[in-house]
Amino acid sequence: MNIAIASGKGGTGKTTVAVALAQTAAGPVQLLDCDVEEPNAHIFVKPEACITHAVNVLIPVVDESICDANGKCSEICQFNAIVSLKTKAMVFPELCHSCGGCLRACPTGAITEEEQQTGIIETGSRDGLEFVMGRLDVGQAMSPPVIRAVKKHTKQDALTLIDCPPGTSCPVIAAVRDCDFVVLVTEPTPFGLHDLILAVETMRELGLPFGVVINRSDAGDRRVEDYCRDEKIHLLAMIPENRKVAEAYSRGESITTAVPELVPLFRSLLEKVFELVGEVRT
Amino acid sequence: MTELVIISGKGGTGKTSILASFAALAGNAVFADCDVDAADLHLILNPTIQSRNVFSSGHEAVIRQVDCTQCGECYDVCRFDAVIKSESHSGELKFTVDPFSCEGCGVCVWFCPVKAIDFPECVCGEWYVSDTRFGPMVHARLGIAAENSGKLVSLVRREAKKIADEGGRDLVLVDGPPGIGCPVIASITGSDAAIVVTEPTLSGRHDLERVMELTRHFQIPVYVCINKWDINPEMTESVESDAVEAGAVLLGRIPYDREVTNAQIRGVSVVEHGKGPASESIRGVWEKWLTM
Repeated sequence: MNIAIASGKGGTGKTTVAVALAQTAAGPVQLLDCDVEEPNAHIFVKPEACITHAVNVLIPVVDESICDANGKCSEICQFNAIVSLKTKAMVFPELCHSCGGCLRACPTGAITEEEQQTGIIETGSRDGLEFVMGRLDVGQAMSPPVIRAVKKHTKQDALTLIDCPPGTSCPVIAAVRDCDFVVLVTEPTPFGLHDLILAVETMRELGLPFGVVINRSDAGDRRVEDYCRDEKIHLLAMIPENRKVAEAYSRGESITTAVPELVPLFRSLLEKVFELVGEVRT
Repeated sequence: MTELVIISGKGGTGKTSILASFAALAGNAVFADCDVDAADLHLILNPTIQSRNVFSSGHEAVIRQVDCTQCGECYDVCRFDAVIKSESHSGELKFTVDPFSCEGCGVCVWFCPVKAIDFPECVCGEWYVSDTRFGPMVHARLGIAAENSGKLVSLVRREAKKIADEGGRDLVLVDGPPGIGCPVIASITGSDAAIVVTEPTLSGRHDLERVMELTRHFQIPVYVCINKWDINPEMTESVESDAVEAGAVLLGRIPYDREVTNAQIRGVSVVEHGKGPASESIRGVWEKWLTM
């Protein structure tokens, strides 16, 4: 089963919830950190025996001795990543989406592809928890290839928890796609509510079942709760504000270690998700 | 004219709350909300929309079923698994495009032997020019699950600069998105300076390191301020010394203050709300910036 932990707004506690669920779940569990622009889950999991692999994308290479500047490559490319000049074609790798169009469209066979690194993946484990994280190379614009590479590590027979990036655009879509359930983490503030509504609309558009966790639940107003009730959205858990949690977070300590009283809350959150997935599946 | 962008790497560190206060203090500025997929600045600046514009960008493949010969060429050439092959009970094949997976590369359109694939332009969102109590604002809303956020960010910045030029305003304040990917790159390239708002946590420090690598890559001068500094004073010291070592100039510290949330609930900036210690600290950060 794949459960994504997402939010519209950043900094609402996605990583805290994802790590806590991973640490309290029974049986084989893996945690995939798909917030590849700013991955943080490793700070709390502290994985051991890590192995690093490169994530590569395919970028066209033009053989100038063959290229006759016929312009087909720049005609097919939607991203201005290859431009046909007077005597040869020129590639702008940072704009390339690796669709392979130029290579196929070139009538002279002057274009081949080579792998270029765009990020890395690290795999490791800690106390039986399998951990995979992606890290986009700084300066690279597109995170979905790295997110997809992280998700290739999904195991069928395990509970897979996916820590997502914030927002509602393509990186989030790449992270939540094909999940069985999405846990949306928010906070009870106007910004939290506004971005939650965007996240809810996104999940509805994608046809994914979801529920809401309100973090620092007593630190704002009741509008998020009212919204969930009016929209008949499952409220999965309310995590009260606690300075001990914030301080532990600052030190990289997981919430279940710092405040063990919260373990039952995360257990029951997970049980609710299992129940809802069962409901959705039948 | 100066273009100043506020970013953070990590989300939820207080970028928008701080920028809204700067907006109240600036006097003669234009505001650009470049966090186009989770924009919040309008909740505080309460803009009155003057013009509403469609943002179209990129294309999307759509197979015309009546003309499709089920040859499967589109399925073979698509590298994004966006062409879905299904089979009916009678064994008849059907090819469709999943709009959420379609990258808009057009390779299937080009290679379809019977030209049965349309390639309409996508409407990816809307952008607005508005008036606020502090000055003009340009903002946008990216469509649900839409792409091309980087292009929308560039458009918002360009329009904000145009308004500043035409109206003789000397500052454009840009609210940037979290992360380090395409919309962040589009928010910072070519701007005059970036203020990074971070928090004294290991996550904040880790994300600051990466976002400063990015500003270095694009050679943007960077200033740092630590929000909620008193959550972990030792960490604040160490984040600040890392930041200085990496070439940043420090603008100050803002304490954790529940009045920041109360201001948000009232729909006003922290400095207008005027209660609690954070308000004074944000003023201090702004004054320090003015001396730079």
